[in-house]
Amino acid sequence: MSRDDDDHLWSAIADPSRRRVLDRLVRGGAASASAIAEEVPFTRQAVMKHLAVLEEAGLVTRSREGREVRFAVQPERLDEATRIMVQLAGEWDRRLQSIKRIAEAAHRNASRASGGRPERAR
Amino acid sequence: MSGMVDLAIDREIVIDAPADVVWRTITEPEQIEQWFADHVELDVRPGGAGTFVFDNRGGDRVVTVPVVVEAADPPHRLAFRWSHPEGRSPVAGNSMLVEFLLTVEGAERTRLRVVETGIEEVQWPDDEKARYAEDHRRGWSVHMGRLADRLGGARA
Repeated sequence: MSRDDDDHLWSAIADPSRRRVLDRLVRGGAASASAIAEEVPFTRQAVMKHLAVLEEAGLVTRSREGREVRFAVQPERLDEATRIMVQLAGEWDRRLQSIKRIAEAAHRNASRASGGRPERAR
Repeated sequence: MSGMVDLAIDREIVIDAPADVVWRTITEPEQIEQWFADHVELDVRPGGAGTFVFDNRGGDRVVTVPVVVEAADPPHRLAFRWSHPEGRSPVAGNSMLVEFLLTVEGAERTRLRVVETGIEEVQWPDDEKARYAEDHRRGWSVHMGRLADRLGGARA
């Protein structure tokens, strides 16, 4: 999976309105844009836009049933989204570790430069 | 957390340095360049703008991310938005909010917590938001939680 794909997926799920559309599909199963629009506080047009982004990110697929187009969640892609969340948390852990290292080193250097604190003076 | 994976990331670490030293580490551009982005410009005032440039470790893809400071209360709280996708001005609705919270644990000890979330962007009225949060807990998060449980040890 490329970094571009990750970015796509992440920006798709980072939007709360889109997550709401996705929630609806996770809980209620496959549905048409009109059916979804009845259950969320935005227009069918907005729902269509969100579905298009979710589809592009691979999170939903569309199928035609008679005159109706229905959208369904792609579970594998949701797994991928979870993996990304875990990965992002890991990235923040690494950044926090770096901040700790840098701040502690800066503090040690400052203490030394100012003649050291009593407990550290020779 | 009750085993729930939300779409918010919430991590923390204890640092053996005073809060003002930690504050400088997370707000001074030349320091941010040591732990986050490769090139940083940042005006650390509410409404202040900046850019984080990621060179991608010498790769050919340079990513420039616009940043807007939402809150700066030294040395307690820093909040900024960074946009996804790149290239757009970060406003509520297209960006993630990163919040650093510093707690003094002693003269030379600071607890640093970072929360990254998109939830605050929600643009409908508060009662709707509460309802969404409830839906969110019941639906998506439960689902995500199950998936995360399956991932098992991958979770930090």
